[in-house]
Formats: sequence, C-alpha cells, structure tokens
Amino acid sequence: MEHDVDAATGGGGGWGRLRPAMRWETGLVVVVIAIAIMGSSLSPQFLTANNFFNLGLNNGEIAIMALPMALIIISGEIDLSVESTLGMSSAVLGVLWADHWPMLAIFVVVAVVGALAGAINGLLVTRVGLPSLAVTIGTLALYRGIALILLGPRTVANFPTIYTNVGIVAIPHTDLPYSIGIFIVLAVIFAIVLHATPFGRSIYAMGDNAEAAMFAGLRVKRIKTTLFIVSGVASALAGVLFTFRLNTAVQDNGTGLSLDVVAIVLLAGVSIFGGKGSIGGGFLAVLAFAGLQNALLLTNFNQEATGLVTGGLLLVSVFVPNAAMFVRSIRRAVTRMTRRMPSEPALSMPRKDT
Amino acid sequence: MTATLAPHREPGSPAPASSRRLADRVFRIREFGIVAVLVVFVAVTASIQSRFLSSTNIQFILVDATIFALLALGETIVVISRNVDLSVGSVLGLSAFLTARLASNTHGLPLPLVFLAGIGIGLLCGIVNGLMVTIGRVPSLVVTLATLYIIRGADVLIVGGGQVVPSSYYPSFLTISKATVAGIPDLAIVVAVVIAGGAYWLRTYRSGRELYAIGSNPDAARLAGIPMGRRVFTAFALSGAIAGVAGVLWASRYGTVDSTAGTSYELQVVAAVVVGGVAIFGGSGSVVGAAIGALLLQTINSALYGLGVSPNWDQAIAGFLLILAIVLDRLISLRLTASLRRRSARRGA
Repeated sequence: MEHDVDAATGGGGGWGRLRPAMRWETGLVVVVIAIAIMGSSLSPQFLTANNFFNLGLNNGEIAIMALPMALIIISGEIDLSVESTLGMSSAVLGVLWADHWPMLAIFVVVAVVGALAGAINGLLVTRVGLPSLAVTIGTLALYRGIALILLGPRTVANFPTIYTNVGIVAIPHTDLPYSIGIFIVLAVIFAIVLHATPFGRSIYAMGDNAEAAMFAGLRVKRIKTTLFIVSGVASALAGVLFTFRLNTAVQDNGTGLSLDVVAIVLLAGVSIFGGKGSIGGGFLAVLAFAGLQNALLLTNFNQEATGLVTGGLLLVSVFVPNAAMFVRSIRRAVTRMTRRMPSEPALSMPRKDT
Repeated sequence: MTATLAPHREPGSPAPASSRRLADRVFRIREFGIVAVLVVFVAVTASIQSRFLSSTNIQFILVDATIFALLALGETIVVISRNVDLSVGSVLGLSAFLTARLASNTHGLPLPLVFLAGIGIGLLCGIVNGLMVTIGRVPSLVVTLATLYIIRGADVLIVGGGQVVPSSYYPSFLTISKATVAGIPDLAIVVAVVIAGGAYWLRTYRSGRELYAIGSNPDAARLAGIPMGRRVFTAFALSGAIAGVAGVLWASRYGTVDSTAGTSYELQVVAAVVVGGVAIFGGSGSVVGAAIGALLLQTINSALYGLGVSPNWDQAIAGFLLILAIVLDRLISLRLTASLRRRSARRGA
C-alpha cells in the first residue's frame, strides 16, 4: 500500500517527503488546541496547573517508552514487549528491595535487566532474522512471566518516601512531575540524535529500505540492536517510575501499556512501515493523548472505556492523511487529463498525413 | 525475509511436477515438526502425571483448544494475505457478552438464533475492519489495533460493571461445550470439520489461492489482476464472523461473562498461528498448522498445571516456547532453502 501511495504522489525527493510530515505536525497542533478548548469548556479545572500535574503524572511512563518506540518503528521494526519489560523491572526492584539491597545497586541491576531484555529482542530480530512482531509477542509473555515468577502473588510496598515522592511531588519551582521532566530531557536528546546525527538519519534510511541501507554501508543489524537495548533501558526506567508512583511492585504492573505506546507513536505521524516520523510529532502526540484521557476523566466517562476514544483518535490520525493523499491524487489525475486534451489532436495529426 | 521463501513452501503452486512434489514434502515436514513437539510433550507429561490423559482432562483441553483453534483459523486467513487482525479478542468479548445475554432466561432466544447473533456481531466488526483496510487503505496493524480498543471500549460501556452468570442461561446453552461423542467433545468434531473445510478452500479454490498470492507478493498479485480489495475484505469479514462464533462458544464454556472476556487473547492467537508455521508476513502456512499450534499451546498450559508446576511459571514457559518455536522454524526454513538451492543448482548444471 505504501508503495502505491508513493507512486501516486510521483515518488518525490526530499521535499516531497518532508512536506506531508510538516503538515502532520501542524495538524497535531490543531488537535491539541482543540482538545484544550474542549477540555476547558467541559471543566473549569482542565487548564489548571494542578490538573496538568496529574495529567503528566498519569502519562509520564508511557511518554518515556514512546521515544525509543518511535525510533524502532521508524527503523521498520516494532517492540510490543515494553510493558512486560516495565513489569519485569518493577518486579526486580520489588524483590531486591524486599531483600534489603541498597537502592543504588538496585538501580544498576534494573538498568542491566532492561538492557538485557532489549538485547535479547534485538539479537533475535537482527542475528536470527526473525520478524520483530513475533519475537516481541514472545518476549511480551516471557518477561511478564519472569515478573510473575519473581513476585508471585506478593506485593512489595514499603519503599522509602524519598523515592515514592518522585511519583507524587512536582519538580521544585515547577508544576511538572519528575517523570515528565525526565521525558522532556530525553525527548530533546532523542530529537537531536534522530534529526541531527548520522546515526539518527541512518535509522530513516534503514526504515525506508533496509537492503539499500545495508549496501550503503550502514550497520543495520548493530543499529537496530542498539535501538532495542535503548528501548529496554527506557522501559526499565519507566518501570522504576511506575513502581514509585504507585508505591507498589506487583507482577501485573503496566499490563496493556504497549498498545498505548504504539498508539501514541502512530498518532505522532510515524509510519508503521518505517522511514517516517519525528520526535516533535511524538511530543505533540503525547500531549494530545494525555489531554484527551484527562478531559474524559473530568467528565466522569467510564475510565475503562477510554480505549474507545484512544482508538478513535488513532483511526482519525491515519485516515486524515490518506484522505488528503486520495484527494490530491485525484486532482492530479484530473489536471493531467485536462492538460493532455489539447495535445491529442497534435498527436493524431501525423497519422492523418500519412 | 520469510516472504521471499514463501513460494517454495506453498502447496500445489504452479511449478514443474518434480519441484511440486518437493514442495509438498517440505510442506508436510513443517507440520510434522509441530505434531512431533505435541506428541513428545503429551508423552512426557503423561509419563509423569498419568491423570493427564484421563478422558475428562482431554475433553477440557480439546474444548479450550477448539475455541482457540477457531480463532486461529480466522487469523490465519488474514495473516496469509499479509495482514493481521488484532481485534479478535475484543470481538470475542463483545459477542460473548451480548449473546450470553440473549441466551439467558430473560430473553431466551433459541440456540440457532444466538449463534446467528454471534456471527452477525462478529461479521459487522470484521466488515468495518475490512472496509478500513481495503477502501481506507490503512495498514491492518493500525486499523485492528484501533478497533481492539474501540470494540473493547464499547463492550465496557455496554456491560458496565455487570456480568452474566451460568445460572441465568437456559440449560441447552451450557451443554454445547459439554456434549460428547465417544469421549470426544461434539464441539471439537464440528470445529475440526470447519477447519478442514477452511483448509480445503485455501488449498484448492481460486479465491483461497489468491490470498496466498496477495500475501506472497502484493505488487505481482495486483498486476496479475487479482481483486485484492475484495479478497482481503473477505478475509477480515471471515475472521470477524469466526471471532463472533468463538464468543458464543466462550460464553457457553466459561459461563461467567463480564467486560474483560477475551482480553489480550489476540496475542495468544497470533502466537498460535506463528507457532503453527504461518509466516507472519503472509503468503505461506496452513490453517491445519495453525490449529495444531493452538492445540499445542493449550496443551502446554494444561500440562504445566497437571505437572504441578506453579502457575506462576506458565507465562514465562509459554513465552519461551513461542520464541523457541519461531527460532526453530527459521532454522528449518533456512536449511530447506539451502538444500532447495543446491538441488536446483545441480539440476541446472
């Protein structure tokens, strides 16, 4: 389907490719503003600092995991195991804390666990040559299973207040929760790496055409493995934040978040086929996603049914550019036909002569 | 990557007779692998825990695997066409709740109508998926990810905090999943026939073969004049309808239905399909393989329970086995391509 669309728009060089991406982000800005207006008309509380804090708090971990996910999807792969890596890190954190480990050592172990989880995904995808969709469905079950083995039905909840405060207190002098602060810093780093370094640009190249990227001398396998490892570490970080925010380590922490993360990344304008997308779009998508969830919360909408709106948003976000593309290709076909009309008699002229 | 190997694995592909025989053999080996694993697994479990092969236990496994295999059938049809349907769990949930209510004493709809309702609900969801994929030109992963959320959300809104409990059904509804013929559940026999029908359709009918062509090489399929939109649409409609039926069976099997029925089932179904040797990028695989994959995963779950392995280990082992299955599958197909290449090189020279 993708090739089809490319053909319809005439392939296009650098500009042809960039223009729809720019439009996508402006579209997202409109959506975010619309949600802000809708939210504030629904409830006077929507545009308050306190609400923003809650909004950020509930979405910080998802936002952090969305950054590496964006890179992975741009590179043409997918990682569905992030929610289980989050759960596994949360379980490791809980078990080690219950065993009276010093917190600093636990952080190191959790980071290593996340990196290992990502490395397993990455190596299976790149070295064994398996489809990432299948691999990460497998590790989705495997890593969750390890969390279950580690914790069982246990709940670890006696974390010290200095750490749990990270989940409930704002960064001093701001209204931002720590997780959102971390997300913003990471987003800047990811944006620079993706948009302004050879490493980042090569991610687009391999997402567009992995074979061509390989022949161009890019270390496709190594870069993809690195991306999966980054995703693992980010998910582990999200796991730590999640655990501290709720002050509980249970085996089912974070269940179902992977699809939220993927939804945000697609909403950001990242093509599921790879090769397209931006971190700016990701930032706006997080705002739109969080804003919408929050607006619904304020209207006493059944909280478990918010999927209805998330899904709708996701669909609209893919339909709009397709519809625009469709209209454009029709218009082009029409202009081509009208242009050809006057030249037709000229073509048939020689035939008449002979 | 797997897609490029697909032509070698397809049954009955238009090729010279000798290579067709070879392809047939390759095809048989692929399913043989899963069956072998299943047999070894059952043998080992039975030797440790003799009750594992008791008729009651076998019946339980078969009924559970039946629902699972049915969903795998629909998913396989979609996956063969190089698409994926992630909404099956949600469709199952919605259908299970609505049909369970219809089958409860208050409504008392006759059984055939309950099944028709289930098919209708599923078909509607499948049609919506299919239209968005074919006319809307949105990748199926995105469409069905969205409908996974939307249908579940609708389910939650309809169900609220309520649930249907077994005591509220009329008795014949609950016996659907319990009736047996010679120790084999009726349900398993019916579903086996349905799967055999599906396998026959995909193998022999033009529309079935065209699904493989679409999944194997969409560009070539379009140039060959295959009505891609119609075929892919049909695949999604079928998958939806099948998930709808599976919802009715689910309600009958488990009795208690609330808004969480079938949650995250889609990943297990995709897992069963992949373990069953269906290439995730389309163009290759069979519904029989997928059904055996479903049976294998279900057997593993029950076996672990029977072996007294703490249920805490279930998921990790299932995940490990899934990865093992796809790694083995990959290694086998690599070896086969190598041997096919050697063979054709020898013949060429």
